[in-house]
Amino acid sequence: MVDITCSKNTVTAKLKGEIDHHNAPDIRRSIDSKCESFRPKTLVLDFSGVSFMDSSGIGLIMGRYRQISYLGGKLEVVNVPDMLKRIISLSGIERLGVLK
Amino acid sequence: MNVTNQMKLSFISKSANESFARAVVSAFLLPTDPTVSDIADIKTAVSEAVTNCIVHAYPHTDGTIYIDMKIVDNKRVIIKVRDKGVGISDIKKAMEPLYTTSSDERAGLGFAVMQSFCDKVKVRSVVGKGTAVTLEKIISKV
Repeated sequence: MVDITCSKNTVTAKLKGEIDHHNAPDIRRSIDSKCESFRPKTLVLDFSGVSFMDSSGIGLIMGRYRQISYLGGKLEVVNVPDMLKRIISLSGIERLGVLK
Repeated sequence: MNVTNQMKLSFISKSANESFARAVVSAFLLPTDPTVSDIADIKTAVSEAVTNCIVHAYPHTDGTIYIDMKIVDNKRVIIKVRDKGVGISDIKKAMEPLYTTSSDERAGLGFAVMQSFCDKVKVRSVVGKGTAVTLEKIISKV
């Protein structure tokens, strides 16, 4: 579901497979745990391996935005596949300035 | 209305069944030669409807979720996702984007996604009896 790596003040979470209400909480806990212990300046959510996402994925992004902001860092959302861009656009997440 | 094919499915309101519901619906759709985009749209809308049942209709208990799917004239898909849960007291409010009664990082976009990804969404609900969400979409042929 998620591979997490840490380097140079950055935590990178490479998301894989499907993101829905069933598995989003486990992904969230894994990322938050790593961020709380590592305190990165940047959290990168890499969506290149995501094959499906419903609005649970939007909740995941918004929640990580709040979490990393609370910890004093910033969020970057990268490699969003074309098929996910519509739901991302619908959510208004673009206005947060986190999409790279 | 010429029903090309029809299926009924029922399953318990476990979140693990969200992917099961998506898989069944997309597999049933395949003989209509849908585009990848259409399959993704329908999977997403169904995932939202089923998640609503799990999170909102049966918040503290397991209940049954019913899916009735019809393919009409080999090009129009009608999917009714129904529950016998708590019902929705204010449908208009529930369908407002970003509105949610859940505290578990729900984005409040379920109905907005269904409306954006389908051609028509109809919601009927009776408090204490349950809710039926009907999704309709014209399939673009490959």
